[in-house]
Amino acid sequence: MERLLHVSSSPHVRDTVTTNNIMYDVLIAMIPAAAFGVYQFGLNSLLVIILTMAACVLSEYIYEKAMKRPITIADGSALVTGMILALNMPPEIPVWIPMLGGVFAIIVVKQLYGGLGQNFMNPALAARCFLLLSFSGLMNNFTASGIGFDSVSGATPLAMIRSGESVDLAALVIGRIPGTIGEVSVIALLIGAVYMLVKKVISPRIPLIYIGTVAVFLFLFGGFDPYYVLCEVCSGGLIFGAFFMATDYVTSPITPKGQVVFGILLGLLTGIFRLWGASPEGVSYAIILSNLCVPMIERVTLPKAFGKEGKKA
Amino acid sequence: MNKYTERIYNGIWKENPIFVQMLGLCPTLAVTTSAINGLGMGLSTTAVLVAANFLISILRNVIPGRVRLPGEIVVVASLVTVVDMLLEGFVPSIYSALGIYIPLIVVNCIILGRAESFAMKNKPLISAFDGIGMGLGFTIALMLIGAFRELLGAGTIFGAQVLPSSFQPISIFILAPGAFFVLSILTALQNKLKAPSATNGAAQKKGQITGCSGDCLHCAGHDQVKAE
Repeated sequence: MERLLHVSSSPHVRDTVTTNNIMYDVLIAMIPAAAFGVYQFGLNSLLVIILTMAACVLSEYIYEKAMKRPITIADGSALVTGMILALNMPPEIPVWIPMLGGVFAIIVVKQLYGGLGQNFMNPALAARCFLLLSFSGLMNNFTASGIGFDSVSGATPLAMIRSGESVDLAALVIGRIPGTIGEVSVIALLIGAVYMLVKKVISPRIPLIYIGTVAVFLFLFGGFDPYYVLCEVCSGGLIFGAFFMATDYVTSPITPKGQVVFGILLGLLTGIFRLWGASPEGVSYAIILSNLCVPMIERVTLPKAFGKEGKKA
Repeated sequence: MNKYTERIYNGIWKENPIFVQMLGLCPTLAVTTSAINGLGMGLSTTAVLVAANFLISILRNVIPGRVRLPGEIVVVASLVTVVDMLLEGFVPSIYSALGIYIPLIVVNCIILGRAESFAMKNKPLISAFDGIGMGLGFTIALMLIGAFRELLGAGTIFGAQVLPSSFQPISIFILAPGAFFVLSILTALQNKLKAPSATNGAAQKKGQITGCSGDCLHCAGHDQVKAE
């Protein structure tokens, strides 16, 4: 008996995936969109991205230090929150606004509810809505004096579609349009999405059902015009929201059936907000409202335990 | 401290209707968009509360126990109608700012709560003092919340510019969510400073409770219910 038997409780097979890996993969996946935003809108965007991430990490550190909790800034979740929030900002925003949003996201939405894994809605999106309600003028100002090209002016494509103007689909796909820093380029976002799908960080279920529902909804209620539907899908924050924000582990259902319900709910809400809401965009509100429904969705879609399938609950 | 001033101290600090008992949160959250609105709402409620406590206490041996709630509501509703008309006549700006929340004073749980738990069991004069204490506690709480929200959401207090004009108002604080933020932060501060609060049971002394202290576990009524 030279070798000791190693006794431990289950599970005996462990995956190498950790919170750190996942968070850094999400960060890497957002780099193309961020880089495109900086290239198109200029250096203020870079400043916004860096300072928002710094504000998130710093406020997490200070809060956990003050509350004598374990310091969790190394797991990258605060960085992801900061990045998502920054990419949701208009390019010419004064930097203190996203920084304030970062503090709100981390302290109010995440830490007050118990930290990573306990927040009931996506911190970055909650912060974005906080800022939208607080500084609506500055948050809806998409006039950019970017160095990338010179034809960027006021209205975003969604606002243009709404007022009946036609938009150039090619510009939408490449991203030569006004909008928030990270949402403009469909190609850059899809590169990141494919990276996450290949690394199995996210499953395609929620994003595809979400985007599909929006497309069907807008096709049915928006006048049976495929070109219009395509423009709607490629503009605004839909692609960004579907792949990067709706798939957040903490605030989306874990059951497969629940994810289907969640995706459909997101799609319906987004469609309703876009068609009949006061503002042309509705992705953020759709996602945080659906986040609130996740506990209910999970309760009704909970799979039966092994051996109890046939019985009534 | 004699028993009259004790009632006032009790209402303002020890059993503050908002910060300790967490009663009447609907008007608290809805009308405190500015300090002046909070003050107006607080004083209107105080007027009703003092008069209602006094009258109900006088009538406490006349009102049959089984219909005491309708009886109390009739008294309160008459008083609220008076206040409603007075406000409309003399301070129309406050009247229009408070809107539906003036008639809703009728169903304010602080007023019914004090009528039930204090005025029905005590003499008229001390009941009126209890009303003054609770009313002032309510007024101070509303004014504090209103002042914070106005300061952050508009940069002013009582309409006077306090913060420099370069300050960008955070308008969410004068919208509904801001009320929750401010109330929860103030309550968190209470707990931190060990002041009496709804969740800070240690600050409550057992056996001194006349109304609801918010601390249900150590409530005198809790033991009563068990005994029955």
